[in-house]
Amino acid sequence: MIEIKKISKQFGKIQVLKAVDLTFKRGECIALIGPNGCGKTTLIKSILGMVMPSEGEILFQGKSIRNDFEYRRKIGYMPQIGRYPDNMTIGQVISMIKNIRKSDAFLDEDLLVQFNLANLFDKRMSTLSGGTTQKVSATLAFLFNPDVLILDEPTAGLDPLASEILKEKIILEKKKGKLILITSHLLSELDDLVTEIIFMQEGNIIFHKNIDTLRTESGEEKIGKAIANLLKKQSA
Amino acid sequence: MNRIIKFIFLDILKNKIVLLYTVLLAAFAWSAFSLEDNSAKGILTLLNVILLTVPLVAILFATIYIYNSAEFIELLLSQPVKRTTIWFSLFVGLSLSLVLGFLIGAGIPILIYAPSDVGFMMLAIGSIITVVFVAIAFLSAIITRDKAKGIGISIMLWLYFALLFDGLVLFLTFQFSDYPIEKAMIVISALSPIDISRILILLHLDVSAMMGYTGAIFKEFFGTTIGLVISFVILLLWIAVPFFISLTKFKHKDL
Repeated sequence: MIEIKKISKQFGKIQVLKAVDLTFKRGECIALIGPNGCGKTTLIKSILGMVMPSEGEILFQGKSIRNDFEYRRKIGYMPQIGRYPDNMTIGQVISMIKNIRKSDAFLDEDLLVQFNLANLFDKRMSTLSGGTTQKVSATLAFLFNPDVLILDEPTAGLDPLASEILKEKIILEKKKGKLILITSHLLSELDDLVTEIIFMQEGNIIFHKNIDTLRTESGEEKIGKAIANLLKKQSA
Repeated sequence: MNRIIKFIFLDILKNKIVLLYTVLLAAFAWSAFSLEDNSAKGILTLLNVILLTVPLVAILFATIYIYNSAEFIELLLSQPVKRTTIWFSLFVGLSLSLVLGFLIGAGIPILIYAPSDVGFMMLAIGSIITVVFVAIAFLSAIITRDKAKGIGISIMLWLYFALLFDGLVLFLTFQFSDYPIEKAMIVISALSPIDISRILILLHLDVSAMMGYTGAIFKEFFGTTIGLVISFVILLLWIAVPFFISLTKFKHKDL
């Protein structure tokens, strides 16, 4: 569904992405992991067209995303740190996005209900806590029932209850056959979620493996241990 | 596209500054006309106020508004919206609200006291100069990510166009006063949107008779229809060029 072909990105002198090649298919739930500053968010932002790659091409359903914007209709994006206009209320932000999307498709308001956001509709974005802002971001990402979900550190900042609700929701959407892309540092959270693991370091893809292959290769059940094991083997 | 323009427009109206700007302009205009006994003098007083304040408010308000819209732009970019649409909507929303502020604040008194060619010229010039400085604000806001720097650039540009440029022109005139530089002066005046506006208005007032030979040469050029058309085209270029440079930069910007 998404093909990334030899993407490179430079910010000044720093090379953030080095000829990254990846393919994501429908129905996959991919975890993008790696140390801070390894290029995960840049990669995600390139897919969204927010960062312009210096080289390479990204295809969405076989079409290049360069000079295209309609493809974003099929993507729900939850940023790592959601930034919203300060003087808008939650209700205004949601209705504005609805208005811009003018989507006739059925609206998925599960998270809106479960996070109880309706009670906070009149609160200004600038007064919200980090966690509540994340709830708004998550709600917006799932609202339009998109084919692709891109979640950048979805559970960071959420309380355990909310983070459990979100996880349940991700599993539900995964069962519907959507493509889900998650970046996370909390490997333990990913155990029952993901089908593929991509490990990045300094702008390179170190490996891209199916979760079952990873488990058999490393002989570990937990993702965290499996990755540590594999990295040790590779460096040896 | 219309939805975004509408949204930005309403957001600016909610921000009371444009309202205050309208009230201040109205106060200036009413007092200028009631202090002077004839409307031409009133126009002249108002002209100087307008050519100083309108560009300042337009460039500063627009620059700060663009920087403050960073979150809004980011939010829209993850939605199916074209980059051009976002930038263009911001431009139209800002221009529209500031022009409206000008037309209500200064326009109503002008139409009441001086419903003549010069009055309408003032309205047109004031509106165009607003948009010109909004366009320049877009350019300085896209040049740097640093808000303080961007606002600094805007203030410098305003100082240059509103004060410094006149000084330079004056200096050149004195230095080369022995040569026939009147025609060259016409070209030089095109380099500042404020200057070209001032000349256009002055030449439609009778005071141009007092400007001597240069005034006559200017009148010969700006007084004709072709001269008028050319100067309006130049003013429109002052809108189009900065805005399109900023647009191409915005299209390739990483957010």
